[in-house]
Amino acid sequence: MSAANMTGRTLAMGEDEASDGARAMVDAPFGKALARVAKDDPSIVGLTADLGKYTDIHPFRDAFPDRFFNVGMAEQNLIAVAAGLARTGKTVFATTYGVFASRRAYDFAAIACAHSDVDVKIVAGLPGLTTGYGGTHQAIEDLALMRMIPNLVVIDPCDAVEIEAATEAIAAHKGSVYMRLLRGQVPAVLPADYKFEIGRARHLRDGTHVGIVSTGLMTERALDAAAVLGKRGISVGVLHVPTIKPFDAEAVVNFAAGVDHLVTAENHVVSGGLATLVAEALFDAGQARPLTRIGLPDRFIECGSVPTLQARYGISLDAMIERIGSLVKVAA
Amino acid sequence: MLRNSPPESADIGELKRRATNLRRHMLTMARGQGQGYIGQGLGMADALAALYFHELRYDPANVTWRERDRFLLSTGHYSIALWAAFAEAGVLPVEELPTYGADDSRLEMSTLDTTPGVEMIGGSLGHGLGQGVGQALGLRLDGSGARVFVELSDGEMQEGSTWEAAMSAGHFGLDNLVALIDCNGIQADGPVVLDMEPVAGKWTAFGWSTQEIDGNDMEAVVVALKAARTKGGKPHAIVMRTLPGKGVRRIETSEKSHFFRVDVGQWDGIIAEFEKSLEPAA
Repeated sequence: MSAANMTGRTLAMGEDEASDGARAMVDAPFGKALARVAKDDPSIVGLTADLGKYTDIHPFRDAFPDRFFNVGMAEQNLIAVAAGLARTGKTVFATTYGVFASRRAYDFAAIACAHSDVDVKIVAGLPGLTTGYGGTHQAIEDLALMRMIPNLVVIDPCDAVEIEAATEAIAAHKGSVYMRLLRGQVPAVLPADYKFEIGRARHLRDGTHVGIVSTGLMTERALDAAAVLGKRGISVGVLHVPTIKPFDAEAVVNFAAGVDHLVTAENHVVSGGLATLVAEALFDAGQARPLTRIGLPDRFIECGSVPTLQARYGISLDAMIERIGSLVKVAA
Repeated sequence: MLRNSPPESADIGELKRRATNLRRHMLTMARGQGQGYIGQGLGMADALAALYFHELRYDPANVTWRERDRFLLSTGHYSIALWAAFAEAGVLPVEELPTYGADDSRLEMSTLDTTPGVEMIGGSLGHGLGQGVGQALGLRLDGSGARVFVELSDGEMQEGSTWEAAMSAGHFGLDNLVALIDCNGIQADGPVVLDMEPVAGKWTAFGWSTQEIDGNDMEAVVVALKAARTKGGKPHAIVMRTLPGKGVRRIETSEKSHFFRVDVGQWDGIIAEFEKSLEPAA
């Protein structure tokens, strides 16, 4: 490719990764919600490992500097210190990128947090394919890794509305949590009166031809794809599953029963995450059936601009519309 | 036996007697299983006696007392030493010790936090110091005068997370944190497989106030613990040189002191030797 044809641009650290629509944008929804919750809860402590600026925890840091600690580039220590603080009665929010929280600090998340049943909330930036920094920074298998840890709640929120609601919910929840973080300017997709509950899926749109079970930012695309396909006469329903663990298998099975084709959509590799969970839920319920899995392939993804990479690996809105549209033949 | 602060002076003879009792308890436990990390436990008996019967602000009748000093056993496989200390202090009944390592026993061969008095899940090495840093930070946030003691070992210093924690403790100026580094010179594959020297120099370089002592010299242990009460804005490291199997000749001289196993029945002979060694020379 000649230089003149190169249009995509690799996102720099701190730039927004979740903005691809015309929706209202909210700045740093996680940090703002955390600062709000912490006003009424003096037990909340914030930690980061040299990524405070890039994980939206700065509103909390600015409001409560005496309850905020930066442990430097040391993710194992980040999670160990969080667990120690929690043992003294604190509710600890520890932020870093998903790759470091999962791959590098896995033993500490498992033993010091989940096994110890302490109140550590690991909030993890750059989920899936939301950065162009390549395999070192793209947490494309974190949901699979983290859901295998017993006693750990795993959440992949859709938008700013859900991030704020989930931040409140996990602060009130007793136990350890891994939550994926969309940071910076995050779109508001869900209605303002949307109710988030740990462990509950939400039926967002009715449809009979295709049912999309989606999680994280893919729910925004699922809704947009459903609207476009609806105009073409394809009826598409959407079930949003923000909690990967505990998984709302019952809602998935009920939803699946009402559609001709079932599709999963996740910002994650298609093995071990949402698609696997849906398949397990259906099989357990005796509903084994074809499943179209939209997600990332089993490979390390190269550097590049996020829109280019998302299109290349089939998780962009256009790619979703094309893939789902091909499932259903409608009379012209 | 509630203690609000360490007493001014220590009864060294009494602490030595307690250390002997801890060794006796450990041998009882090892007899039950016929095996265990008895070498390390015997080496640590003096330090644990000094902690639980002199230094720690601690109430055995209320192990979750908010103002207690915390003792974190990072090397979870030394649990045999912790159970001995708990039994001697009255946290656990002495009668329970023979269940060590048996199915459904609370006295695991590697510590879980389901046993009363345990402050962390040990076993995965390199976890203790970081969790100690967190607890020390939390206690300081609360304005508590309680302190945090973390045991770790020379072999465990090979875990990188230990140094992440050491850096952060120095950075945060945690003078309510004391690391007790058990330098017994052994690890799973034999004598310490990477040269860790100079041990004390490493801690000093990371911003700690550092002492180096014979960890089996009760007087030295007590003096070092007292010096570690200093509030000078630095965490405290006590490098303790200990002898694996200390007090039981047959284990002290074994090449397999990292994990000591003898045939069922032979423990009675070892225990008899130990008791005989305690008798004053005729």
